Amino acid sequence: MVHDKSVLLEIKDLRIEGYTGEVWVPIIKGVDLTLHRGEVMGLIGESGAGKSTIGAAAMGYARDGTRIVEGSKIEFDGMELTTATEGERRALRGSRIAYVAQSAAASFNPAHKIIDQHTEAPLHYRIQKRMEAQEDAMDLYERLRLPNPKEIGFRYPHQVSGGQLQRAMTAMAMSCRPDLIIFDEPTTALDVTTQIEVLAAIRDIVDQFNTAAIYITHDLAVVAQMADTIKVLLKGEEVEQQPTEEMLDNPQEDYTKSLWAVRSFERPQKSRPEGETPLISVQDVDASYTGGDKVLDGVSFDIHKGMTVAVVGESGSGKSTTARVITGLLPPSNGQVLFQGEPLPPRYQDRTKDQLRQAQMIYQMADTALNPKVRISEIIGRPAQFYSGLSGTELKHRVDELLDLIELDPSKFYNRYPPELSGGQKQRIGIARALAAEPSFIICDEVTSALDQLVAEGILKLLDRLQNELDLAYMFITHDLATVRSIADEVVVMQHGKVVEQGPKDKMFTPPHHPYTDLLLSSVPEMDPNWLTTLLEERGVDNVGEAADV
Amino acid sequence: MGDILGLVLKRLGFGLITLLIISIIIFFMVELLPGDIAEAVLGQGATPENLAALREEMGLNKPAFVRYFEWLGGAVVGDFGNSVVSGERVSTLITERFINTLFLAAYAAVIAVPFAITLGVIVALLRNTLFDRVANVLTLTSISSPEFFLGYILILYLSVKTGMFPAISSLRADMSFADLLHRTFLPALTLVLVVTAHMMRMTRAAIINLLASPYIEMARLKGTPPWKVIVKHALPNAWAPIINVIALNLAYLITGVVLVEVVFVYPGIGQALVDAVSKRDFPIVQACCLIFAATFILLNLAADVGAILTNPRLRHPK
Repeated sequence: MVHDKSVLLEIKDLRIEGYTGEVWVPIIKGVDLTLHRGEVMGLIGESGAGKSTIGAAAMGYARDGTRIVEGSKIEFDGMELTTATEGERRALRGSRIAYVAQSAAASFNPAHKIIDQHTEAPLHYRIQKRMEAQEDAMDLYERLRLPNPKEIGFRYPHQVSGGQLQRAMTAMAMSCRPDLIIFDEPTTALDVTTQIEVLAAIRDIVDQFNTAAIYITHDLAVVAQMADTIKVLLKGEEVEQQPTEEMLDNPQEDYTKSLWAVRSFERPQKSRPEGETPLISVQDVDASYTGGDKVLDGVSFDIHKGMTVAVVGESGSGKSTTARVITGLLPPSNGQVLFQGEPLPPRYQDRTKDQLRQAQMIYQMADTALNPKVRISEIIGRPAQFYSGLSGTELKHRVDELLDLIELDPSKFYNRYPPELSGGQKQRIGIARALAAEPSFIICDEVTSALDQLVAEGILKLLDRLQNELDLAYMFITHDLATVRSIADEVVVMQHGKVVEQGPKDKMFTPPHHPYTDLLLSSVPEMDPNWLTTLLEERGVDNVGEAADV
Repeated sequence: MGDILGLVLKRLGFGLITLLIISIIIFFMVELLPGDIAEAVLGQGATPENLAALREEMGLNKPAFVRYFEWLGGAVVGDFGNSVVSGERVSTLITERFINTLFLAAYAAVIAVPFAITLGVIVALLRNTLFDRVANVLTLTSISSPEFFLGYILILYLSVKTGMFPAISSLRADMSFADLLHRTFLPALTLVLVVTAHMMRMTRAAIINLLASPYIEMARLKGTPPWKVIVKHALPNAWAPIINVIALNLAYLITGVVLVEVVFVYPGIGQALVDAVSKRDFPIVQACCLIFAATFILLNLAADVGAILTNPRLRHPK
């Protein structure tokens, strides 16, 4: 089959401004983009690079609070979108240009059945009658290897898993057989095992219908699997653009090289001291939420002083619940948690101040974990005051000291509020708040997963330095195996509330593995553009879905 | 669906407990007032002898909690005792009044609820335009003005100056339904003006609150026209807060209409309550209070059930 390779989308000197409440500031500063029919272009960069904004602009759409500056040119298949009427632009959306959002769970309307949302565009554009549109939807569900393709569409979004919803959303984008699909971080919210299915499904369907796509992501390994060409963006400007293989093998610009190098951080692995009482010992813990099924089933592992134990597994495997049991937020229904050999009271209310002080937490979303209306000095100062009884100048010195520890200049940050800080800075404040209690043990719950890779690396290096200086033990909850590789000493693999495998990191990363560990490890995307193809061949394409449902 | 039935029964149980507690409060608050029913009945001409005789006759010498249970037992089967003033049964005295009040409330609600929601949807669609501001100012003005003031303004313009509607809503048993609607139009309109703003503003706020949701952006990026984005994608998810405000306003239509009934001389339960209070007719006061409390509880229950029924997560469990 010979595909038409003519130019489909031509963006010239795209400038977009965002309103800050006072003035309009530039977000996109003159970006050009040319996309041919059937071509997949990857847009990568850190958050704030303007990837999503460009994606929306390709549909002639400016999000609330943004505007496309006059003089920008967005030509889609011969039609200039910047000068077209809103009605003309709207008529393209859903029919000729479709959009796949980051979180399918949030982007499907909870009030309507999946198939009704799927058929909305074809019915609106009178392309198909309801019955035809529904049959077409089922056909697409089948092509995307959704289970029960005839029935699944008649469920509500909350009745379907995240990975399935993401595929249903890709099917929805296909409903009018568009010429172009914008994929806006479609797999970022998914577990690695689920991600593979979605990536394979997207690649297949784009191929089958010769659809052009803009694939937006911050994950280089993912974009390597999906894109024909890669465009790297930084702060609203293009850094460079090249065909995928060349970009991976031979990046030209320093910024691109730094992105490529991120995954190289790895600190030396420590091993357990012989015969020492573990700092934290989780012993045969069962737990469930009120009236529900067991979420944890016989979980046991130890964490030694000064060491990092990574707890990995898919969402729902019980990682965060284990953290809640250790901190006493959720009393276990069976089993116990020991601290230096002494059992901790199951409920945090019954623990002494010293017991509470020893175990601190750092959260995934620094945004929501810090009170936006409280000054940094108070956020960090309060635990110092509460646990150590400091006040006045002593307290101020302690806060300054903590800010120095997390590499933020006290004179600049002491009086500021969280919303004035960047994501990485906020996460550093979260770390300082945990350190203020002078703990011996910190639970890090997905602390880097909301951050860009460069920023995340900075946080990991900081945590490593603090561990060496203060002899801290970490429990590192994560689903990102790259993080595990760089920071862990020991690894605990969890699935369905049970520990399926545990041991030193080097052992965990060398075969033979437990089959589930194997599945997790092999599902982590690699920079090799042929990785997905090879993996699918190894697993046998038809088994992708089954493998992930193990 | 079984879960929902269980949930409703549970709420109903809590409602009954609440009502029981309120009945205790109502009964003993009246007990706390100086003087008793016998004094109220006999008034100025009371002598110690006939007071004692009447107390014996009315059973007022029994301990308070015994009388409470007798009163509660009667109330459950609709017997609230006899009026102190006329000696007639309380139930016969207030039943007709209560039906009149329900009629007026229903009349106002049938106009106000659809009107307020439609207006709320329209101002959400045209948010931050001139129409939005004007609608907001007008409804806020009407909610901020006292009802009796609104009532007199309406009487002045729609009755005195133009003669379109009667100023006094006296009812007769032999009136036709159309006549009834015509006669009670002004009090109903006053109530509509009072309750619309609250419901409209909640509809607007609940919808606008959802417009930043990813699924709303998704709908826009599917080419869905703006009105359809609001009606089909935002409104179905906005029902829970709207229903709660509707229930509150319906309860107000039944329990808060005293002033409007007085202005239009409408024979409703609010007037009965005011009369009873001024004549110290305690059995009627107690009955009215209990009915008002039951109304609030029932409507809130209905709102809870409505909120559950409009939530697909609860309607279609995993």
